[in-house]
Amino acid sequence: MQGIQNMNIMTKRTFLAAALVCTAMLGACSKGSEEASPAADAGGDAVKVGVLHSLSGTMAISEVTVKNATQLAIDEINAAGGVMGKQIAPVIEDGASDPAIFAQKASKLIENDGVVTVFGGWTSASRKAMLPVFEKTKNLLWYPVQFEGNECSANIMYSGAQPNQQALPAYDWAKEQGYKKMFLVGSDYVYPRTANLILKKHIEKDGLTLSGEEYQPLGGTEFSGVVGKIKAAKPDIIFNTLNGDSNVAFFKQMAAAGMGPKVVPVMSFSIGEQEAMAMGPSLVEGGYAAWNYFQSLDNEENKKFVAAYKAKFGGDSVITDPMVHGYLDVYAWKAAVEKAGSTDPDKVRAAAVTLDAIPTPLGMAKFMDNNSLIQTAYIGQSQADGQFKILWSSKEAIKPDPYDPVTFPGKTCKIG
Amino acid sequence: MDAIFLTGQLFNGFSVASLYVLAALGLALSFGLMRVINMAHGEILMLGGYLAYMAMSLFPGPLGLFVAMIFAFLGAGIFGGFLEISLVSKLTARPLDTLLATWGVSLIMQQAARDLFGATGVSVTAPAWLDGGLTLAGLQLPTLRLFILVSAIGVLLGMAAILRYTRIGLLVRAVNQDRPTAAAMGVNVRLVDCFVFALGAAVAGLGGVVLALLGPVTPSVGQSYIVTAFLVVILGGLGSIVGTTIAALIIGLITALSQIFVDVSFAQVLTLLFVIVFLQFRPQGVIAVKSRALDAE
Repeated sequence: MQGIQNMNIMTKRTFLAAALVCTAMLGACSKGSEEASPAADAGGDAVKVGVLHSLSGTMAISEVTVKNATQLAIDEINAAGGVMGKQIAPVIEDGASDPAIFAQKASKLIENDGVVTVFGGWTSASRKAMLPVFEKTKNLLWYPVQFEGNECSANIMYSGAQPNQQALPAYDWAKEQGYKKMFLVGSDYVYPRTANLILKKHIEKDGLTLSGEEYQPLGGTEFSGVVGKIKAAKPDIIFNTLNGDSNVAFFKQMAAAGMGPKVVPVMSFSIGEQEAMAMGPSLVEGGYAAWNYFQSLDNEENKKFVAAYKAKFGGDSVITDPMVHGYLDVYAWKAAVEKAGSTDPDKVRAAAVTLDAIPTPLGMAKFMDNNSLIQTAYIGQSQADGQFKILWSSKEAIKPDPYDPVTFPGKTCKIG
Repeated sequence: MDAIFLTGQLFNGFSVASLYVLAALGLALSFGLMRVINMAHGEILMLGGYLAYMAMSLFPGPLGLFVAMIFAFLGAGIFGGFLEISLVSKLTARPLDTLLATWGVSLIMQQAARDLFGATGVSVTAPAWLDGGLTLAGLQLPTLRLFILVSAIGVLLGMAAILRYTRIGLLVRAVNQDRPTAAAMGVNVRLVDCFVFALGAAVAGLGGVVLALLGPVTPSVGQSYIVTAFLVVILGGLGSIVGTTIAALIIGLITALSQIFVDVSFAQVLTLLFVIVFLQFRPQGVIAVKSRALDAE
């Protein structure tokens, strides 16, 4: 009997070890590169740039379209004669929703492919992982997504919103609406944690109530506990910093518990038109989102961009804020290269922050000397067709500030 | 801590456990009988999710969900049977090879799903009759979660009935207890293996439908469940249905109840810690299966 017991244990150990090894391998392997590299024709006359987004994994829901928009800008520029008379040859890599892979692919792009700049990244975890690579190689990353601030590197152009251009305007708007009890739900990584830290400081300063704060591992789909806590806390509004397809699970499970966005208002920082479409617009209908761009923005550049994107990627495509930032980044880079007369990352950066405003789908846009974009904040409400109705906009374009004075007093961003 | 919230979390624990049971049963069965570690099991869940998506697009009515369940059950079952015949049965004597081969299958399936349906995943909307909930003494139980719980109980009862009362069930038990003797007595062990593997896959297919109701269906969705499914199988005692069920309940309840005090990330840490400590004291799992198949090594 003892013998049998031991055998059983042996088998179990083998099984356990095998399972662990395989889990690790599964992780490692889903990260295989998806090298859809059309850079083959990159002769001596082409300028190589990197495009690095998650084309697989939990962030693919959001990042694939940013890659598309980046590619559209590159194609348009190439069709119009390229940059300084040279064609742009993009090298596309898959970051696979994993920060370590982002870092690895970034150094591959810079060191093996010799790209002069990289457009990419979405989660702050991926940006933080790539930062040392860009600083070490003195290359330049164009980062298209809203983020938590509290970072300032000469080697990254932050075109997405700083906290004072998205999270804080959204918070101020909610406060004006009379919402007093606020519940924070986010994915468990640096952006939601820092964004929520900033929100908490302001909630405290304004004497409002923080009725709960919950985190879910990135990609996590089990929200029963979080939903239970929201139900018990009865907040006036939820600030949602979940990223990727966790949102689908969150909204589904909230709806199942009778707390859809029409019952408990939700202000989301990472749900745009694309995510609303992919989730099924009925799931998020009535929910709020804060961005610096909505597809429904009424200006000429935007109409042109939306039409061009639809012509290339299908009539039922939708456009989101990070896509527009990904798109305008390429144009800003081109303008900066032409101003500098060089593709050298240092010179391009110096030119980029002194450029005049360029026309973009957001309106006229200009980078400040802290490498971030001056832009207007909007609050939209999700409609049945997946589009957002713009409810509110900041009175003027807001100057980016990576360090919220309430949360990080005394810190400023000084570059070069 | 108010009582309603506490009972709510208890209920959530059962609800989470029912999903884990559906995800882990097939793994437990095929390991118990054949000592095959099926790394593609998570992708069979994913297959169930996509089958549900297709069925519910074809039959959008209120009963579409039942069509989806049948569709996913049969579809995943047939796929499982095919996988067993074409691959697993050729490698049963070599556990590590099956592991690698099924891992390869899982990668192929993920890429196929990415190519067929796109990397962003698809959304399955629960039918309207699953909205809302029952209110019992101030405690609101979402209909969707009740439905999932009932489905899991149904699957467990069905499985138990098959094993206990049908001829094929008898053969499965015989092979599980002593494969060479059963074979010597004229039992077609190949057929039994194939049946069990297909049944396990079919149940995972149902699990995929449930998962589609609660969260996103993406090419990589199987991977978020496979680790927990392995944990459940190990904790339960390899190859035991009762053990698997109890283990799923334990893990579901720990996950849900620890979330009263900590957030989801930390709840996962606690669950893993519990499993490690538990296995230190009871390495054979909740239920120790006395099967010659497991002793032969």
